Amino acid sequence: MRPMSSTDKALVLELRKVCKSFARPRATPLPVLEGIDLGIAEEEILGLLGRSGCGKSTLLRIAAGLIKPTAGQVLYRGTPLAGPAAGIAVVFQTFALYPWLTVERNVELGLDALGLRAEEAQRSARAAIDLIGLDGFQSAYPRELSGGMRQRVGFARALVSDPTLLLMDEPFSALDVLTAETLRTDFLDLWLEHRLPTKAVLMVTHNIEEAVLMCDRVLVLGSSPGHVAAEIDVPLPHPRNRLDGAFRNVVDEIYSILTARLAASIGAQGGIHGGRVQPLPAVSVSRIGGFLEALAARTSSGACDLADIAGALSLAVDELFPIAAAVHLLNFAELTEASIKLTAAGRVFAQSGIDARKRLFSEHLLRFVPLAAHIRQVLEEREDHRAPRARFELELEDHLHPDQSEHTLLAIIGWGRYAELFTYDDDERAFALK
Amino acid sequence: MNYGLLKAKGWEFGRPHSGWHDLVAVAIVLTTVGLLSFGARGMVAPLAAHPTPVSLSPAALPLDCLRTILRMLAALFASFLFTFTYATLAAKSRRAEMLLIPLLDVLQSVPVLGYLSFTVLYFVALFPGNVLGPELAAIFAIFTSQAWNMAFSFYQSLRMVPNDLDEVSRSFRSSAWQRFWQLEVPFAMPGLIWNTMMSMSGGWFFVVASEAIEVGDFRVSLPGVGSYVARAIEQRDLAAIGWAIVAMTVTIALYDQLLFRPMVAWADRFRFEQSAAETAPRSWLLELFRASRGLAPVGERIQMRLRGIARLRLLPPGMARRLTPWSPPRRAADMAWMGVILAAIALGGWELQRAARAALAWSDLAAVAANGALTLLRVVVLVLLASVIWVPLGVAIGLRPKLTAIVQPIAQFLAAFPANLLFPLAVFLIVRYRLEPRIWLSPLMILGTQWYILFNVIAGASAYPSDLREAAASARVRPWRWWVNVMLPGIFPFYVTGAITASGGAWNASIVSEAVSWGPTRLSASGLGAYIEQMTQAGDYPHIALGIGMMSLLVVAMNRLLWRPLYALAERRTRLD
Repeated sequence: MRPMSSTDKALVLELRKVCKSFARPRATPLPVLEGIDLGIAEEEILGLLGRSGCGKSTLLRIAAGLIKPTAGQVLYRGTPLAGPAAGIAVVFQTFALYPWLTVERNVELGLDALGLRAEEAQRSARAAIDLIGLDGFQSAYPRELSGGMRQRVGFARALVSDPTLLLMDEPFSALDVLTAETLRTDFLDLWLEHRLPTKAVLMVTHNIEEAVLMCDRVLVLGSSPGHVAAEIDVPLPHPRNRLDGAFRNVVDEIYSILTARLAASIGAQGGIHGGRVQPLPAVSVSRIGGFLEALAARTSSGACDLADIAGALSLAVDELFPIAAAVHLLNFAELTEASIKLTAAGRVFAQSGIDARKRLFSEHLLRFVPLAAHIRQVLEEREDHRAPRARFELELEDHLHPDQSEHTLLAIIGWGRYAELFTYDDDERAFALK
Repeated sequence: MNYGLLKAKGWEFGRPHSGWHDLVAVAIVLTTVGLLSFGARGMVAPLAAHPTPVSLSPAALPLDCLRTILRMLAALFASFLFTFTYATLAAKSRRAEMLLIPLLDVLQSVPVLGYLSFTVLYFVALFPGNVLGPELAAIFAIFTSQAWNMAFSFYQSLRMVPNDLDEVSRSFRSSAWQRFWQLEVPFAMPGLIWNTMMSMSGGWFFVVASEAIEVGDFRVSLPGVGSYVARAIEQRDLAAIGWAIVAMTVTIALYDQLLFRPMVAWADRFRFEQSAAETAPRSWLLELFRASRGLAPVGERIQMRLRGIARLRLLPPGMARRLTPWSPPRRAADMAWMGVILAAIALGGWELQRAARAALAWSDLAAVAANGALTLLRVVVLVLLASVIWVPLGVAIGLRPKLTAIVQPIAQFLAAFPANLLFPLAVFLIVRYRLEPRIWLSPLMILGTQWYILFNVIAGASAYPSDLREAAASARVRPWRWWVNVMLPGIFPFYVTGAITASGGAWNASIVSEAVSWGPTRLSASGLGAYIEQMTQAGDYPHIALGIGMMSLLVVAMNRLLWRPLYALAERRTRLD
């Protein structure tokens, strides 16, 4: 699949066969992105959607010139990108404000590279501050501001240099729901009224509704290694209404693409090494229990749309998918298309008391999570019934990203402790039988 | 560095101004500038014209204090210069780092006064017949007591610059110069100022010790509080020592109020936590300057200039665009570089052992080892003793906020006060009552540094989460369990920090505290410090080097084998995530 811009307008940024892998100390480089082809056209907001760990932030940093791809080409207005360039600005998830500079100085920072005279810089900064609605806060320090105001500074700093391309890395995800909505709307207004100098926007997000609300086109990224899994046009007119049928349809479509990929990836990764190196989502047992109870309570059949349950439990996709993956792995529920269905065991679990839950969990853990059985077996075979964490860590790291292996160990330790299959001593970093 | 030092925060408009603000502020500025330039002239006078006998009249003390202060300032300036260059180089170049950081580790473990014996002749030869030589030697001694610490702190900050801020700076294509002043220095500032303050406390100790220098036949005494005290000891003048203590107290208080308080209050903006502070540190001086109508515009102008300099690119823009290259580490080049370093070390070692063969015997090594063991025993016993006394007291104080507010500044002041000014009083008593010097001289080692344990424990206890205390109280935990399971683990990291400083300081102090005199009476407690002091007086360089080498070795061993593991344990145990 080679997603191209849906319009025939000029491309602002183009990625051709971009790959990125990170070096590992004792192993072959780990691929994070593979064969990414994408183009961002003028007058377009392009969304990058995917689960955490699919490399979408890495992709944005490659587009920003902050990271160099291992292979492939990045073209900005037709010329290869050699590093951070004039005309490309970034808005960060964490705001990334300098706490020791006032709002005005933070914004002026966006102009430093241009070597402007002090008065000119000040004039531009004031204009950007006005535009983004920060008037009156010029002399405040970031710590005096609320989250929403801080991100406005982030926007003003990015826009002050009149960038052609604006890159946004989950710009609203660190804000509460109401603040995020206000800021999204304000930004969309400026964009739609052509009051921004910016020609094109690339936005990374894990919020499906946000993507459908703002973007003209959404690329869904698949993981391990990251690749473009699907491209969805969002031809809805602005202003868009979340309750609108057409809007819901696009949201559901994206949900089902993501769910299908999730279910497929769980199945696929189970095959290697008898499933011993399968990555596990670091989800606590209490979350699993709470989720199963919620599923059991919502429907008599135990089947439910993922979009619905996400809304009902106010879980973001990034929170929902790991839980869904965990219950699917443990065979307490089954993922299909855009819905999730309790299994018989899942229903029993939801309705049991503490001890019965532990027994059931322990049984499922041994049967359906090969890593748990593997650890248990190693411990039983050893004379002192102890094994260092490193023994399993090394096995995992041969196949997984260090973060993934860390998460996997975190998950298996938590689950194993709950199921009383084994104990773990963090001081000695070792597993042991009880 | 100090763009923004005098920045009016924007609230000065509409604030009532009274003339006295301006008057006081201008008076302070003029007095400071006048005094400093007056004192500085004395530092370059020819050596012969310099009156050798130091007057013991209290009237001479203010001038002596001024000279001592100037030395401290000069050393502080040199330390900042060193920090900004050395640490930056180490943080930016991986190859430089491989050499500079271990070197810094070694430099840090050498006792401060050890440098003095070696450098003084070099500096004197640099400016023959001028006081500038010994002045520089004294300044260098103070420099060695703070520069390593500061450089380490700055280096660590540079390595920990948050990823997102780094990306902002790169995505806006800031030049290295812009990045340094706008991101790296501000980010490192709070840690750097804290470290500067801490090492400054030690600095007073060494400035006092380095003003009256005696290496072999070479003797010089620079006008200052230290030589005043040395003279008072020679003449057995207890009253003069009392005056010196008063003068030092005033000096340290002034330094704190006029330099560090404003610096800390100003640096508060660089705190990285984005939440508002509960209590921001304040300084009356800073507020005075900010409120002064006369000085604010001057400050504003200076600030504009400095900010302009910080914003300069100082680079062709193309230079800043380089990406952190993605390539596997260049093994071969690293190995070659490592080889060069090791070869240099081997060569140096070979030369050293040849020189040592000629001057030293194996029996010297045994003597040094025995002396080292004695001093080690002293350090361990004293740190334990100080802990037993100060930990319970510190906890008791720290849990009472009102008491903490009173005691904490006193403890910090006592930590800064050069304990060697108090030595004569103790020595006087030991001589008077014919006490055993081997035992009674020992406590002097920790006299000045025990306060680090106290104020760190106070800080730990007052930061102890109140919900954890309430939980223990509602469960009616028994006193023993309360100490062992509730309180001590909570303050443990703070205690370790304090104990590390205290034991390091004790090693350093041993050089001046194990061998003391009162008029013609000389007391020696034996031990490594006394050994080094004795060899320094004799001007016996190979033996000085041997003694210093042994002390460095013991300090490093203690750090590696005891303090680091304890610190790591403390860190791991008190984390909740």
